Amino acid sequence: MKNGTLKQILLITDGCSNQGEDPVAMAALAKEQGITVNVIGVLDRFDTEGGRGLQEVEGIASAGGGISQIVQTRQLAETVQMVTKQAMTQTIKGVIDQKLNDILGESETVEDLPPEKRGRVMEVVDELGETVDLDVCILVDTSASMKNKLPTVREALTDLSMSLASRTGANQFCLYLFPGKRKSTQKVITWTPHLENIEQAFSKIGSHGVTPTGPAIKEALKSFNELAKTNWLDQDEAYDDGPR
Amino acid sequence: MMTGRDEISIPPGTIVSGKWHGRRYQMIRRLGSGTQGTVYLVKAGNKKVAMKIAKNRGSLISEVNVLKRTGELQGQPLGPSLFDNDDWIVNNQIFSFCVMEYLDGVPLSEALRNKPFDWAVIYVIQLLSVLGRLHRAGYIFGDLKPENIILLSPGHTVRCLDFGGATRIGRSVREYTTFYDRGYWGYGTRKAEPSYDLFACTMMMIYAAEGRTFEKNGNREKQLVQIVRTNDKLARYRSILEKGLAGRYALAEEMRRDMLQKATEQESAPVLRRSHTSRSAVSRTGSERNGWFGAIVTASVIMAAYVLFVMVYIM
Ligand SMILES: Nc1ncnc2c1ncn2[C@@H]1O[C@H](COP(=O)(O)OP(=O)(O)OP(=O)(O)O)[C@@H](O)[C@H]1O
Repeated sequence: MKNGTLKQILLITDGCSNQGEDPVAMAALAKEQGITVNVIGVLDRFDTEGGRGLQEVEGIASAGGGISQIVQTRQLAETVQMVTKQAMTQTIKGVIDQKLNDILGESETVEDLPPEKRGRVMEVVDELGETVDLDVCILVDTSASMKNKLPTVREALTDLSMSLASRTGANQFCLYLFPGKRKSTQKVITWTPHLENIEQAFSKIGSHGVTPTGPAIKEALKSFNELAKTNWLDQDEAYDDGPR
Repeated sequence: MMTGRDEISIPPGTIVSGKWHGRRYQMIRRLGSGTQGTVYLVKAGNKKVAMKIAKNRGSLISEVNVLKRTGELQGQPLGPSLFDNDDWIVNNQIFSFCVMEYLDGVPLSEALRNKPFDWAVIYVIQLLSVLGRLHRAGYIFGDLKPENIILLSPGHTVRCLDFGGATRIGRSVREYTTFYDRGYWGYGTRKAEPSYDLFACTMMMIYAAEGRTFEKNGNREKQLVQIVRTNDKLARYRSILEKGLAGRYALAEEMRRDMLQKATEQESAPVLRRSHTSRSAVSRTGSERNGWFGAIVTASVIMAAYVLFVMVYIM
């Protein structure tokens, strides 16, 4: 694993999906394709839905092999970057746990090693987390109730981009809003290394009452496929590492 | 959901024994908790030590790594010394823990509330020397804030606590708190370099002078510079703080040297005079902010700074 790529979907929502495919199933599908799904639930509406929103947030993340976190709008920036980084570590650790398993048998994980060795393995995990490339497809719920939170979301995303830019590895982001103007999901930014000047992206939205979370995740999966295609074409020219 | 567990309650007297190293500890009481875990005061033999029990089994590992590294450094310790690192198995559950020196004192956050501003200057000067050594060891502290610094009861010396945010120089900062984070204020990246910590030190000075944290408004950069330029307590340190904000100090020692120099400058007379003659030019409302800045306090600052000077030359 010289310099692999981690793939993540980051879903920011404030309530329950109510249209289209089951988002938990879509998240499971993502996981099968090696894409981790992280979910950030922005507080407020969760209280009024009798825990259903919370359940969905946790369900999506757990099916997607990712992390979920409920936050208040004001803590969004810190949380978004923390969740993203933690999920990276978790994924890398998962790979290492798998290797340990292969070598040592049983269900050995990094934590089962003696404390001294643990430390050394964790340094490797950190090192990888710094140097791997990261592709994040961001899905933002823009249903009516999210409207006044969007300026904060926007800032949190710019902040995330800055945080990740401090790593050694390369980053790519793309941004989808749901519901879109006509379609259930609207792509507003295609794969790009920096999320700057994204004010405009958010000006295009119209607010509906529906929350098609499942279709949005499905759309994100497509964007990874497209990215894989372009990457494959690029790699074809400089064929040295071999395709993965 | 995050794989975290809720805090467990461990009654006093409970014996915690390590799986790998076999050492035994007796629970005394809970000291506090944070994002990574909960810290308890425990007895090892008849010595009081602090035990941090991890929330997730993995969460302490990197902190322990840093504590190990800093513990190997010569001279005054930077943080608590690390004594043990082990797992405790109880009721079929495994808890990872580390045992470190118990640092008895008050967090800087509390000290800053109760002491005049001159003390903040001294704490920051002390802190800068700790940071300088940490930086030379190849790490920055990262999540630098008054809550993570402890003021040891006897001797008024500062020590860092909670190395969970400590990051290898060159990596991306592991943990931070927005008010002290230069990225939040638009003053640079979150790449771990000494100037990142020095920005946080500058913010600690601003926090101490203003007596509160605050959020950014529309014009981020101007906002901080404005405070540095208008807060009377900061007047003396203005040039240093502006440099600290802009990331123009490459080394903690440089900032420390400048702070020491300003703190010891014989400027007490002009300060007193200014509050009489040119009040209108200097301050508008709240002109009494500087009132406590009496000769006695100034003298004590000079004394303390002198002691620091002597320490520097001996070390
Ligand atoms: N070595 C020590 N000696 C005395 N008190 C300690 C020690 N270590 C920690 N504490 C106390 O325990 C509390 C929690 O510790 P700490 O801040 O290290 O936890 P954390 O989970 O790393 O927190 P954070 O949220 O800042 O990452 C602190 O407020 C501090 O007062």
